[in-house]
Amino acid sequence: MISFNQVYKRYPGGYEALKNVSFDIAEGEMVFVTGHSGAGKSTLLNIIAAIERPNSGSVIVKGQNISTLKGGALPYLRRNLGLVFQDHKLLFDRSAFDNVMLPLQICGFDHRECAKRARAALDKVGLLQREKANPIALSGGEQQRLCIARAIVNRPTIMLADEPTGNLDTDYANDIMGIFKSFHQVGVTLLIASHDEGIPHQFGGRTLALKHGELQPTSTGSGQA
Amino acid sequence: MNNWLAQHVRVLLSTLSRLLTTPVASLLSIMVIGIALSLPTGVYVLLQNVQSLADQVVGAPQISVFLTMDASKDDIARIGKQLQQHAAVDHVEYVSREQALEQLKHSTGLTDVIGGLTQNPLPDAYIVYPKKSDAQTLEALRDELHTWPKLEKVQLDSAWARKLEALLKFGRLVVLLLAALLSFALVAITFNTIRLQILTQRDEIEVSKLIGATNAFIRRPFLYFGLLQGLLGGAAALLIITLSLHLLNNSLAGLAQLYASNFTLHTLPAGDSLTLLLFSAYLGWMGAWLSVAQHLWQTEHK
Repeated sequence: MISFNQVYKRYPGGYEALKNVSFDIAEGEMVFVTGHSGAGKSTLLNIIAAIERPNSGSVIVKGQNISTLKGGALPYLRRNLGLVFQDHKLLFDRSAFDNVMLPLQICGFDHRECAKRARAALDKVGLLQREKANPIALSGGEQQRLCIARAIVNRPTIMLADEPTGNLDTDYANDIMGIFKSFHQVGVTLLIASHDEGIPHQFGGRTLALKHGELQPTSTGSGQA
Repeated sequence: MNNWLAQHVRVLLSTLSRLLTTPVASLLSIMVIGIALSLPTGVYVLLQNVQSLADQVVGAPQISVFLTMDASKDDIARIGKQLQQHAAVDHVEYVSREQALEQLKHSTGLTDVIGGLTQNPLPDAYIVYPKKSDAQTLEALRDELHTWPKLEKVQLDSAWARKLEALLKFGRLVVLLLAALLSFALVAITFNTIRLQILTQRDEIEVSKLIGATNAFIRRPFLYFGLLQGLLGGAAALLIITLSLHLLNNSLAGLAQLYASNFTLHTLPAGDSLTLLLFSAYLGWMGAWLSVAQHLWQTEHK
C-alpha cells in the first residue's frame, strides 16, 4: 500500500529530515511512527500525502509514484487519503457540519447524499449533537474528533494521523485511539505518528521508530490492547 | 450532469450572497468599473451620433457630371435615366447649359464678359446626390462614372467628407486607446478585489487543497465573483451613459430648437450594449483568473 525506498529529505540550509528511509506497509496494517519531535515523523507523513516532495528515493502510494506524480493527479490521490492534522486545520468560519461537508463538496457528490454521509461521520466520532457548533466552541478533544470525522467522511483507504493524541489527557487519548482502532478493524490502512511510545505498546501494531531522520531497527510492536 | 449543474448553481448563489454581505465595498467596486467603462463607451456613443449627423446633414457631398459638348438631347435623357437607376445614387438634378450660363452671370458678376460670347461654352451637367457620404463610396462611384460614354468630366468634391472621415477615424482611435487602457484598469481592479478575498480565505484554500480539491474547484467561486462583478460594472456603465444622454438631450432640445432642428443624441444600440456587458464580464473573469493563478502559483512554489 505504501512503500518507501531509500528516501532522503533535505531542507534548504542542509538539515536532513529523513535519511535513507525504506519500509513497506501492507494493506489494512496499523503502523505507528514514533520518535522525538524533530525526528522526521511529520515529514514522513507529509511525503506520503505529497505535501512535501522527497529529494531522492521513491515513494509508492497505492501503486502511484509520488515523486513523479503530476500536479493534476495530486487531488485525486489526496481524496483516497484521510488526513488528521496535528493542528486540526479546521475552518472557523462555518459549523462543524460544514467542515465535514467540505471534502464531499470537493468531490462533487450530490448534496443530500453528502449531508447523510457527513452526519454518519459525525455520529461515528460522537459529535452529532454538536453539528451546528462552530469548531472554535469545541474542546481540544472535540476538535480532534471533528478533524477525524472530516478525514473519514470520504471513506479513505489510507489514514494518516499526525500526533492525534498530542495535547489530550489520557481519557480523551484513549477515546481517539479507540476510534482509530475501529477503522483498523474495517480494513483501513493506518499510519499514526506519535511521540508517546506508550501508545503503540498499548494498542499493538508495528512501530517505525525514527531518530534524527533515520529508521531504527525495531521489532514489531508488542502487546495487544 | 444535473449534479454538476447543481454545484455550479450553488457556487453562483454563494457568490451572490458574498456580494450582498459587503454591500458598500461591492457597490464601490462596481461603480469604479462602471465609470471606467462608461468613458470609452460614452465617446463611442458621441462618435456614432456625429457619424449619423454627418450622414443626414443637408448639402451632402455631390458629384458633378459634365457631358461632352456634342451630346444630343437623347444622350442627355439616357444618361439622366441611367444615373437615376444607379444603386448608389439617391437622386439627380439636371442643369442645362443655358441654366448654367444664367447662374454664372448672376453669381460672378461677369455679365459683360459673358454677354460678349458668341457661343455658350458651358456643357450640360447633372448633379448626382449619392446615398452614402463616405469617401470610399463616393470615389468608387466617380471612378465608375468615368467609364461611361459621352461624359466629359466627373468631378467629386469629397474634401470635406474626407476631412470628416479622418476626424472620425481619429476619434475611433481615441476610443480604442481609451478602451484598451481602461480594460486593463478593469482587470487590475478585479485582480485586486479577488486578491483581498483570497487573503481572507487562504485557510479554506489551503485546507481544500490538502483534502483533494482541484485547482478548478478552488478557482470556481472567484471566477464567478469576477464575472458577476464585471457584468454588474458593465450594467453600471450602461446606466451612467443612459442617464448622461438623457441629461444632454434635455439641454440639447433647447439648442436644437434655436437651429430649427430636432436633433437628439441616440443611445447605445442593443447589440452594442450586449457586447459591452459580455466584454466587461469577460474582463472581470480574466482578472479573477489571473489573481487565483498567481496565488496558486505562489503556494505551489514557495
